[in-house]
Amino acid sequence: MAKDQIQYVTAPKVDENRKKYCRFKKNGIQYIDYKDENFLMKFVNDQGKVLPRRLTGTSLKFQRKVSQAVKRARHIGLLPYVADSLK
Amino acid sequence: MPPHQIRELKQFKKIMQQYETVIILTPLLSEEAVKEVLTKFNKLMKDNGAEIIHEDNWGLRKLAYPIQKKKTGHYHLIEFKAPGEFINKLEVEYKRDERIMRFLTISLDKHALAYNEKKRSGAFKKKATKIEEVAK
Repeated sequence: MAKDQIQYVTAPKVDENRKKYCRFKKNGIQYIDYKDENFLMKFVNDQGKVLPRRLTGTSLKFQRKVSQAVKRARHIGLLPYVADSLK
Repeated sequence: MPPHQIRELKQFKKIMQQYETVIILTPLLSEEAVKEVLTKFNKLMKDNGAEIIHEDNWGLRKLAYPIQKKKTGHYHLIEFKAPGEFINKLEVEYKRDERIMRFLTISLDKHALAYNEKKRSGAFKKKATKIEEVAK
């Protein structure tokens, strides 16, 4: 059909317009487990630092819980305090 | 009710809070030695009026960074109910035991309790296997 044949001169901006949301509020997650290091990996960069809210879209309430969980995971040796290339 | 009244009431009724503790033992221990340490702490808990709810042995795991120059450790998780004064005593015992490299004790709130309950019933494992099936 004609719709499929539409070609753009520049790539359409899809990602830029998408609104960020808090994944905990959306999915109804109440508790962030500090023992689940694979999940916490989503909230740290490749140096092992906690990602800011402006990148992940997490609400303030859950950002506090995320940072608490990451710190606990670091203490029991599930996540590193410092790393070079974590991902 | 104001918080200080709640605290008094808890002390009066001896309401026990639920805690969770993760301990990391040195990798040098044999399986029997690990069991010996765990039975020692189980006994300590029971003697002090704590009630063990759940135990989970994660086995020998790699650490994200070396602790006491060791790269692996035996992980063990204990969930228990205990009066608040016992926690200090328990942590002192942890510190005194040379076989324990690291420990973390936290009190569980209502969301954490619900989460642990769900985890024990295997709700998360089912989800994980479903995803694996889709991937296949």
